[in-house]
Amino acid sequence: MSESKLLNDVYSGPDEHGHFGPYGGIFVGETLMPALEELNRKYAELKEDPQFWEEFHYDLKHYVGRPTPLYFAERLTSELGGARIYLKREDLNHTGAHKVNNTIGQALLARAMGKTRIIAETGAGQHGVASATVAARLGLECYVYMGVEDIHRQSANVYRMKMLGANVVGVDSGSRTLKDAMNEALRDWATNVDNTYYIIGTVAGPHPYPMLVRDFQSVIGREAREQCLEMTGRLPDTLVACVGGGSNAIGLFYPFIPDESVAMIGVEAGGYGLATGKHAAPLCTGQPGVLHGNRTYLMNDENGQILDTHSISAGLDYPGVGPEHSWLKDLKRASYTSVTDQETLDAFRKLTHLEGIMPALESSHAIAWVMKEAPKLPKDHIIVVNLSGRGDKDMHTVAEIEGIEV
Amino acid sequence: MSRISGCFERLKANGRKALIPYLTAGDPNSETTLGLMRALVANGADIIELGYPFTDPTSDGPVIQRAVERALVHNTSLHDVLHTVSVFRQEDQQTPVVLMGYLNPVESMGYQKFADDAVAAGVDGILIVDMPPEESHDLEEIIDKTAIDRIYLVAPTTSDARAAQICKKSSGYVYYVSLKGVTGAGNLDIESVKENLVRLRKNTDLPVGVGFGIKDAESAKKVSKIAEAVVVGSALINKIEELDSTRQYNLDELKEHISLIKDMRDAMDD
Repeated sequence: MSESKLLNDVYSGPDEHGHFGPYGGIFVGETLMPALEELNRKYAELKEDPQFWEEFHYDLKHYVGRPTPLYFAERLTSELGGARIYLKREDLNHTGAHKVNNTIGQALLARAMGKTRIIAETGAGQHGVASATVAARLGLECYVYMGVEDIHRQSANVYRMKMLGANVVGVDSGSRTLKDAMNEALRDWATNVDNTYYIIGTVAGPHPYPMLVRDFQSVIGREAREQCLEMTGRLPDTLVACVGGGSNAIGLFYPFIPDESVAMIGVEAGGYGLATGKHAAPLCTGQPGVLHGNRTYLMNDENGQILDTHSISAGLDYPGVGPEHSWLKDLKRASYTSVTDQETLDAFRKLTHLEGIMPALESSHAIAWVMKEAPKLPKDHIIVVNLSGRGDKDMHTVAEIEGIEV
Repeated sequence: MSRISGCFERLKANGRKALIPYLTAGDPNSETTLGLMRALVANGADIIELGYPFTDPTSDGPVIQRAVERALVHNTSLHDVLHTVSVFRQEDQQTPVVLMGYLNPVESMGYQKFADDAVAAGVDGILIVDMPPEESHDLEEIIDKTAIDRIYLVAPTTSDARAAQICKKSSGYVYYVSLKGVTGAGNLDIESVKENLVRLRKNTDLPVGVGFGIKDAESAKKVSKIAEAVVVGSALINKIEELDSTRQYNLDELKEHISLIKDMRDAMDD
């Protein structure tokens, strides 16, 4: 039985209208509806085209550098004294994070659709860099929308995007972070819909984005499953990944959904602590609502206004989450929790010191969960953590907190 | 017959077109919004589109975004906006009011409560920008049990087949978005709008209102030649932006301040 057949028998989603149970769907202004229909048609066609996937996997191998290793973190494991910890090294991808898996796939779609201009939103700048990279490679014009708050805290990535020939557009409305960058990208798309392809960076947004981003990112979980079987002779017991929009998490989780023995843990940004309200943990604290084209768990007030979020990591600083995570939560197939900024920083330092691997602050959330939970688990318990990105981009943030000038 | 349909019938009998201004409720405060609604009617508006604020107005340009931010400074809620409509309705039983905005505040209130409160307040139509017909089933079931009209958008990107589906779901009027982009953008290409309206009319007998890009008496007049209604938003809000949120204005002051609407009315009736 093929892998996709196996998945379909156990868990299928989304339906033809993009619904994952009550979540997902298409909630955009009419101007964009035909563009989404066109994208949906084109993707449905290419999805069945072996040549499309061949090209995708060729690029992942020769340009991105896949497969990424599954690394047994021996010193971290022995220091924590419990479960065996394996890191899926998405930080070793070209451009430094899992984001490029998706931009490679969507760039192929953009090219197949004859679009000449690429737009993207970005928080930490990783998706912006990955978009600027594929745009440079295909000779496409590229505009990246980024909140001015994030431009400040991720200045190295801003410079990288500019070097790659992208136009970085600062967004000064609302909370000046990822949410507002996405608003502005949607406005650009409605204005330039004829020649523009919008590369959404996460498994959120209107259908078919949550589905196609998941499909491109699932390479993470497929490799990890195979590698774990090869290295340990069995499936992992627990998967862990950070969740902002949730693309690295869904990429790891999705191929394991039919494996009922495998627990899945999504770690949201707890900021200063859930009780303070200053966090970005919609699955832990929010209610279902509609934002950015889909129905999902959101952080909003009693009047349906979206709340300002806080996280030490720009990539998780978002009030919504991909609709498939909302469904996995309701189905209890995955569980979602959070760690604070402080726990994240401790994890960042610990992994760097013990393993010589400097994780992105986003990925450090997943490591922080492991540091809390691994010691309580038996020594034969296997945890696979998605190390979704590398931490070079966060040097400024960490140095600033430590009062050091870089 | 709904208040909106009645309004279009009367106008048609007199050989006139509808002028539909849009304003954001609570900008700069609820009291001034009420005064502005009276001033709009006094200046010749036929229907009022009243926007309820949402933090993330992805179909709107910077002018309406700023209006929303001003309204949210004092947390203007959907509940507050319905209250404004009910006060307006006590003194004006003739002018239809269409609520326009995004879905999340409605989801948050709950569809049934929203419908009940909208009926009680005297709302005549709803236009939810980010709720296309594909996602409207649950709310429609509830709204269908009321006399409230459902207004949907048709865009220049909409295919004929899709426009036919949208028109079937619409009542009151159909809102044609004149250009690709967000509110307050660019320049109106009247010839292309004209062509698209010919195609649209094959799908519906409903009145068609044209909005986006209408900024002065001249463009209002041009649009009134080809559509049953002219919608003006950002150009009006540019004027509202000049108002002092700490001051109280009387009706004459507000009429004078938004004389743009009177100019449009005169040009359309000319």
